[in-house]
Amino acid sequence: MASSSATGADHLAHERSKAKFDVEAMKIVWAGSPHEFRVSDRMAHLVASDPSFRRENRAVLSRKELFTKALKKAAHSWKRIIELGLSDEEASWLWFYVDELTFAYIHWGMFVPAIKGSGTEEQLNKWLPLATTMRIIGTYAQTELGHGSNVQGIETTATFDPTTDEFIIHSPTLTSSKWWSGGLGKIATHAVVYARVITHDGQDHGVNGFIVQIRSLDDHLPLPGVTVGDIGTKFGSGAFNSVDNGVLRFDHVRIPRNQMLMRVAHVTREGKYVLSNVPRQLLYGTMVYVRKVIVVDSSIALSRAVCIAARYSSVRRQFGSQNREINGIAAETPVIEYKTQQSRLFSLLASAYAFRFIGEWLKSVYTDLTQKLEANDFSTLAEAHACTAGLKSLTTSSAVHGIEECRKLCGGHGYLNSSGLPELYAVFAPACTYEGDNTVLLLQVARFLMKTISQLPHSDQTHKLSGTIAYMALMDHYLIKYCCSVEKAEDWLKADVILKVFEARAIRMCVACAQNLAKFADPSEGFSELSPDLVEAAIAHCQLIVVSKFIEKLQQKIEGNGVKQQLETLCYLYALHLIHKYSGDFISTGSLNPKQASLANDQLRALYAEVRPNVIALVDAFNYTDHFLGSILGCYDGNVYPKLYDEAWKDPLNDSVVTDGYPEYIKPLLNQQLLNARL
Amino acid sequence: MEGVDHLAQERSKAQFDVDQMKVIWAGSRHTLEVSDRIARLVASDPVFRKDNRTLLSRKDLFKNTLQKAAHAWKRITELRLSEEEAYWLRHYVDQPAYTDLHWGMFVPAIKGSGTEEQQKKWLPLAYKMQIIGCYAQTELGHGSNVQGLETTATFDPKTDEFVINSPTLTSSKWWPGGLGKAATHAVVYARLITDGQDHGVHGFIVQLRSLDDHLPLPGIIVGDIGMKFGSGAYNSMDNGVLRLDHVRIPREQMLMRVSQVTREGKYVQSNVPRQLLYGTMVYVRQTIVADASSALSRAVCIATRYSAVRRQFGSQDGGLETQVIDYKTQQSRLFPLLASAYAFRFVGEWLKWLYTDVTEKLQANDFSTLPEAHACTAGLKSLTTSATADGIEECRKLCGGHGYLSNSGLPELFAVYVPACTYEGDNIVLLLQVARFLMKTVAQLPSGKKPVGTTTYMGRAQHLIQCRSSAQKAEDWLNPSVILEVFEARAIRMSIACAQDLSKFSNQEEGFAELSSNLAEAAVAHCQLIVVSKFIDKVQQDIPGKGVKKQLEILCNIYALYTIHKHLGDFLSTGSITAKQASLANDQLRSLYSQLRPNAIALVDAFNFTDHYLGSILGRYDGNVYPSLYAEAWKDPLNESVVPDGYREYVQPLLKNQLRNARL
Repeated sequence: MASSSATGADHLAHERSKAKFDVEAMKIVWAGSPHEFRVSDRMAHLVASDPSFRRENRAVLSRKELFTKALKKAAHSWKRIIELGLSDEEASWLWFYVDELTFAYIHWGMFVPAIKGSGTEEQLNKWLPLATTMRIIGTYAQTELGHGSNVQGIETTATFDPTTDEFIIHSPTLTSSKWWSGGLGKIATHAVVYARVITHDGQDHGVNGFIVQIRSLDDHLPLPGVTVGDIGTKFGSGAFNSVDNGVLRFDHVRIPRNQMLMRVAHVTREGKYVLSNVPRQLLYGTMVYVRKVIVVDSSIALSRAVCIAARYSSVRRQFGSQNREINGIAAETPVIEYKTQQSRLFSLLASAYAFRFIGEWLKSVYTDLTQKLEANDFSTLAEAHACTAGLKSLTTSSAVHGIEECRKLCGGHGYLNSSGLPELYAVFAPACTYEGDNTVLLLQVARFLMKTISQLPHSDQTHKLSGTIAYMALMDHYLIKYCCSVEKAEDWLKADVILKVFEARAIRMCVACAQNLAKFADPSEGFSELSPDLVEAAIAHCQLIVVSKFIEKLQQKIEGNGVKQQLETLCYLYALHLIHKYSGDFISTGSLNPKQASLANDQLRALYAEVRPNVIALVDAFNYTDHFLGSILGCYDGNVYPKLYDEAWKDPLNDSVVTDGYPEYIKPLLNQQLLNARL
Repeated sequence: MEGVDHLAQERSKAQFDVDQMKVIWAGSRHTLEVSDRIARLVASDPVFRKDNRTLLSRKDLFKNTLQKAAHAWKRITELRLSEEEAYWLRHYVDQPAYTDLHWGMFVPAIKGSGTEEQQKKWLPLAYKMQIIGCYAQTELGHGSNVQGLETTATFDPKTDEFVINSPTLTSSKWWPGGLGKAATHAVVYARLITDGQDHGVHGFIVQLRSLDDHLPLPGIIVGDIGMKFGSGAYNSMDNGVLRLDHVRIPREQMLMRVSQVTREGKYVQSNVPRQLLYGTMVYVRQTIVADASSALSRAVCIATRYSAVRRQFGSQDGGLETQVIDYKTQQSRLFPLLASAYAFRFVGEWLKWLYTDVTEKLQANDFSTLPEAHACTAGLKSLTTSATADGIEECRKLCGGHGYLSNSGLPELFAVYVPACTYEGDNIVLLLQVARFLMKTVAQLPSGKKPVGTTTYMGRAQHLIQCRSSAQKAEDWLNPSVILEVFEARAIRMSIACAQDLSKFSNQEEGFAELSSNLAEAAVAHCQLIVVSKFIDKVQQDIPGKGVKKQLEILCNIYALYTIHKHLGDFLSTGSITAKQASLANDQLRSLYSQLRPNAIALVDAFNFTDHYLGSILGRYDGNVYPSLYAEAWKDPLNESVVPDGYREYVQPLLKNQLRNARL
């Protein structure tokens, strides 16, 4: 059983008994395969049962203590990985369940992939063995104090010196200081540093990556010319404060020429900048990979929050005592019975599943893309790039908002750190900004959509409309003939009807933008003037992708009693909640009429009632241990109140009955002796 | 301000008199003068420093709070500050402390629910802080539903005492601020039991801690409930847990203004009407609306200034990049929040007037406007706090990565603000109260009963359910009567649609529960109408100062048109506007953003926040962001040593591949 607190009564047993589907089969669907389920489940329990991985009350730790404890967990993780001879897959699950952000996250998630993606074979042979055995610890130093989204604006320089065959890495201004890189502040020994390549003729060849050693492997001191430190505390307590996001300045630091990552371009011994025959587009492959990972993270972060809020909503009771009695005592109504609670919570539950499946689908997109890129086929790259950028933006924004919504759904107690929700929020909130600011990404999607539309009149181009933009080939149909066929609420339970209404809305919003753009003499001025509308069109397109991939998932063979039925309910719930939330888009584009919108809303209510008995089982299917969930409100057995009460007494303020500061600051105040007190 | 003003150029662009706008924002020249003076007093006092707050451990942070509270009180007494000045001083100290509850809840509870005699006894003690009070209502298992509280106060006629008891774990008092470590007294809400009969929930003054040694009195278990969202933020407050084991208090410590228990144990209602208690509720919620505008304006001030400093993309030929505030996507998120801050400021001002009006009426035993005033404040509390919590976080995102740093001030601003969506009435529960009132009003329309106050428009239902908006070109959307009519049409049509759907249910309560999501949306529509209409009222007043009125008109129009865009589904599905009109409104909105742009910095300067109060490097008045961020970084404790603590134990053995033998 998923619970680590299997002792004692299961206060949610009654809820669990109501489920109308096979939870174990759903766990496999959620995990992706029986194999992934088994491995992840085994690693989750390994971590949960190891006292070294116990979740401290991170919030009460000072920054230094928090950081040192995180170092300890990282070292212990690596030790266990080596001792047990864990496979790569197992190791990545172990890091995942330890659930403590450290330098290791950036080392494995950014440094190693950067070398793999941008290094030559020779460079891979040299650096990867060092990195994968952690004999060096790496970070990824791209953003600067004054430069984020616009990578081409980076100021750090790497000037080639042909006399010594070296690059001179330098921070020419304050704003060129590297800033934010995780693991950089205190731990990393090496960094992939992004800098402008300047050859000795003074020519600027744009930004490239360089492997730069920043600390001595003997005593960990920064090397000469390197100034490095932590950038200070961040949002929340715990959260990302266990990571040493860093600042880095170079004062003419010299590195050998062969530490430039040379897969797509290199500088020769003579100082000539040469593009290799490896196409630049290959680098986009890494970007697609990283964003796919973030989409998967979104479904995980959101599902954790939903799991906590769903369980606590079944425990918490409020109002309505006239109807129910337990043991002869009037009991209030569990808050999960309220429609206002359901309409907020269940749509998030459906989103968690929707994002899970879109993440799974993105995995196949990435595999497919990699194969094509290796075969020098770049035809699907633009579409895959826009699609992952858009889905990264959509899922992270929704997940961040959803986590906070779950916190509010837990009422006052959701504000306690012991609910787990504040930290979950603080940890995931930066996902809206890192790896591409979400608004900037949507504008990239919009640019791609406008380009696609502008090419549509050329019928010879329609064959290019593959993948997620295939529906645009039906533009004429959607602009002229299309009419939503819904006449009664149940009509909204047809996948085909839903798909069409999302397609109609997306294409009409795109076409409207394109038409408005055409009115501007200067297209880039038009694009900037209309950018808020373009962002909305991009969102419409991305929501269509999520809905359509959820629908495709349902068309697969799905094992387990009642499992498919539940997924169908969640899929419709996801789609109809979007129709309700964005009804302005749908109605103003004429994709449906107000009457049909109202029917969709009726159907949505009916779906809430269908999901209701299955809710606890649907969050149990995430298979989270109490350790991983890290929330008293979300504990598996629902025994919330005694645990909250016990936890309270552990706060350092309760170390003494009379508080520190009483003699200095309270007693003189009460005794009216403040005027003479020295404060 | 020392040094160069990096935002001077922005300031020079303003097309209005900033000093006049400061007066408007403050409410009056007098308020501006007082608040400005006290703000500087606080900012210049080293004890009130707050820039290191997020680094302090819980204990140190709490001790720092105690010190600031004592120092504040010392200054208030030393300088003989007036009540108004003292209020501003506590406001600018800007650190949640037990004193907030003492002054904001304990004292008003005694004033509102105590008899004259009780006020005479307790208020002088409280005013001089010879006792420290808190407000103990919510319990571990009970929040919104006050009638569900479990704590009991059983009258014992033998001793003329009440026995206060926590019968279950879930009856433990939970959340009251100041309770955990500081308060000596509490107003405890408990079920009054006489002779076995339960008379519902009443307030009782209970002493918790000894005034000699601060130890909890016998029968009392009290402590802190642990850490809360964020670093700094509300962790400076000792929100507490309290259990009472048959604690005895004299009978006269029951707050007896509206009902009493006699010496013989008889429960008696006084001739003071119960409705008076609602007055306090209206008061508290009115202050929360004022707080909303204050919190949102801080976040907007930070995001606006930083958006003018930050540059990204758009560099041609190696020149400067574009200020992010010039991007329409940035404007379309930031400027509506700026407009909302002003909108909430004015609706808060109006609520103050409403409170005065209600109080006068209540004292004259006129309860006719109470339900409307109550619904109105409940709804506005819900609307403004939800929008503010979301708005602060949006401002943080608008500051990109650097907004995530504690020293941007935004994480703490968010963490300290979010509970406002829950305390003093969960925002959804409040909207449902509004909806209930709206349904009642709609039901009474046929009877000819005239809706009052903010529901007056409902009296024109006949017209509003069939009217068509006259907007034909983008400029028509600048006309206040056009805007007002579409908001009224949308609100009433949503209410009437709900009422019609409700009537299909044989059981009204069941219908209300089933349709509650729609009802909450109808309530939001009603509340947004109130905000828009009060903003329009304000703009129609005589407003002195060059260009000031013009700016307020722009802000008012942005608020209204942005709300139409955001809730477009409502306006279209009720037929209040057409798709074409919506598109014109959107065009007009874009043009308003351009008109606002040169005035943005001056409009946030008008809030008159000191750098101390703002507490944000990104929001510095002089815009000198990057050097300050860089200098601030080195102050983190992790930078005290070049090689971090833990290197030898946990990093070196890893790098040397010696982990296997290491003892971790």
